[in-house]
Amino acid sequence: MARVFMKGTEAIAEAAVRAGCRFFAGYPITPQNEVPEYMSRRLPEVGGVFVQGESEVASVNMVYGAASAGTRAMTSSSSPGISLKSEGISYCAAARIPMVYANFARGGPGVGSIQPAQMDYLQATKASGNGGFRMPVLAPATVQEAVDLTVLAFDWADRDRTPVLLLADGVIGTMMEPVQLPEAKTDEEVAAIKESKKSWACIGHPLDYAHRAWIQPGNWSTLVMQQVNEEAAAMYKSWQKEAKVEEYKTEDAEIILTAYGICGRIAKSAVNLLRAEGIKAGLVRPITVFPFPYAAYDRIDYSKVKAILDVEMSIPALFVEDVDAAVKGRAPIETCLCSGGNIMSREAVIKAAKKVVEG
Amino acid sequence: MNKIYTRTKTIQEDKVSGFCPGCMHSTVMKLIGEALEELNVVDKASCVLGIGCCGLQMDYMAYDNTTAPHGRACAVATGIKRTNPDSLVFTYQGDGDFASIGLAESMSAANRGENITVIFINNGIYGMTGGQLAPTTLIGMKASTAPKGRIAEEHGYPMHMCEILNQLTAPYYLERTSCNNPANVAKTKNAIKKAFQNQLDGKGFSMVEIVTGCPTNWGMDPLKSLEFIEEKMLPEFPLGVIRDRSKEA
Ligand SMILES: Cc1ncc(C[n+]2csc(CCOP(=O)(O)OP(=O)(O)O)c2C)c(N)n1
Ligand code: SF4
Ligand SMILES: [Mg+2]
Repeated sequence: MARVFMKGTEAIAEAAVRAGCRFFAGYPITPQNEVPEYMSRRLPEVGGVFVQGESEVASVNMVYGAASAGTRAMTSSSSPGISLKSEGISYCAAARIPMVYANFARGGPGVGSIQPAQMDYLQATKASGNGGFRMPVLAPATVQEAVDLTVLAFDWADRDRTPVLLLADGVIGTMMEPVQLPEAKTDEEVAAIKESKKSWACIGHPLDYAHRAWIQPGNWSTLVMQQVNEEAAAMYKSWQKEAKVEEYKTEDAEIILTAYGICGRIAKSAVNLLRAEGIKAGLVRPITVFPFPYAAYDRIDYSKVKAILDVEMSIPALFVEDVDAAVKGRAPIETCLCSGGNIMSREAVIKAAKKVVEG
Repeated sequence: MNKIYTRTKTIQEDKVSGFCPGCMHSTVMKLIGEALEELNVVDKASCVLGIGCCGLQMDYMAYDNTTAPHGRACAVATGIKRTNPDSLVFTYQGDGDFASIGLAESMSAANRGENITVIFINNGIYGMTGGQLAPTTLIGMKASTAPKGRIAEEHGYPMHMCEILNQLTAPYYLERTSCNNPANVAKTKNAIKKAFQNQLDGKGFSMVEIVTGCPTNWGMDPLKSLEFIEEKMLPEFPLGVIRDRSKEA
């Protein structure tokens, strides 16, 4: 497949279509309007459906409906809109409905700023809706990785019947890069995926009490509910071994930078410049922020490390809470932060790293 | 002997309804089941339940169903129908669900002319949560959050959803019925069948608003609640076909 030059938002949308997504509903919000715009043109070409919902609440519930009826379905938004989606996401998690959604995060709280930020970390990884559910949260650092993770998101969603969140930000969404797009699923493959869900899809079944489709985002029986919660908890635990991470030049590092998404990429280039200046820097970049790659932090040689430098576009620091749980006191943790829609500068990261190393 | 009446198979035989005695949710459920059977579309039925007492039937209805978040049934139904045009997709929603928290989803689906059917149960109260004020509560009618009754200056007036949706261009069929006597029950069943048939014929948005009672939260016995429907509810919510595009030239 040839490489093409694409904007992050459109590349993710195209990757979704190629992965077999045939329903998209969304509501405009900067900086991700190209996703619904692209889908409104593209989906009809492949026999799919685009709906501009009357709100994020309606859009995510349209996706809940389409996915409950067996179609690979997706929605996307940015921070304030993601809050509104939480109701529908919680229902999908409860009823074990596979769906994918993307957050092109911007500054917050409130309406915040329309520029990129990483301030939805706790919402994304800990509580994307009521009821203590978890879901895979994938955090791309490049447009290519966003494309690859979009495909993974649909497969993971279907395999475990769970929502999956693509946690991007305004930089990933608006940046243009060359990408290798995945092979598009054929109409037959898309139909086969839908067919495989037919037994539980809410589309009508022959009258037979045992085999009706019953999508249950809840149950009147507390015993059934506890059982559902226990099964889900076991699934969340089983995901731990699927955590994905990039570990870069960590073996001999005296300082470990840690960051996810766009900050991970900025930190990586800071590592290279620091190394050019003789400072042994390394990077741990979680690609899945849930499940969190704890093991990568166990592989660090703490006898050599002066400190861990948490780099994130959020004030207060949020990602640092997971880093802290992973480092378990084996090294001091310093932070390098910005927020409000300001993009992390490589110079700021280098300065902060030097301060740690040189004292 | 000829069998002239059988129980609908769309209600599971070994289950007991969770509805209060005299509640018309169970009547409407039976009518839906009969309509599906008579149209021979039980195997295409995809029911989207709202949140409210309607949810009490999910255990014992025998056809496919899902439960939408409170008020979002029309959005969920949109997603199902758009991706499965051959399914018969209908929502079943109370007045709090359809006309208060779900107003945006309801109006927007109607305005898009979604090819779905809405069964809207107007009992003038929030049944499930214990009798709070609904958008359809009558002036002067008491509710647990309006202890002095609905006061226009404070709460506004009852909302007439058929008439409100009739302001939109897209809806195909809007009818208000009741289940307070055998003749009205028969009319309700015909309206439901018609609304389903419209969908099968690809006509677009149809809604049947059914004026019912809630003996438990109205604080009345079932017979008294029938009188209340006749004397108080129906003058406020007049029955009849509000829109039928098939009758238009
Ligand atoms: C988001 C949300 N808000 C509130 C509730 C609580 N709740 C459950 S049913 C209901 C009202 C139902 O009233 P109505 O739609 O009129 O149905 P009825 O029970 O009268 O048939 C409410 C407020 C809820 N489940 N979810
Ligand atoms: S509370 Fe009212 S609406 Fe609910 S089941 Fe009882 S009578 Fe019916
Ligand atoms: Mg009600």
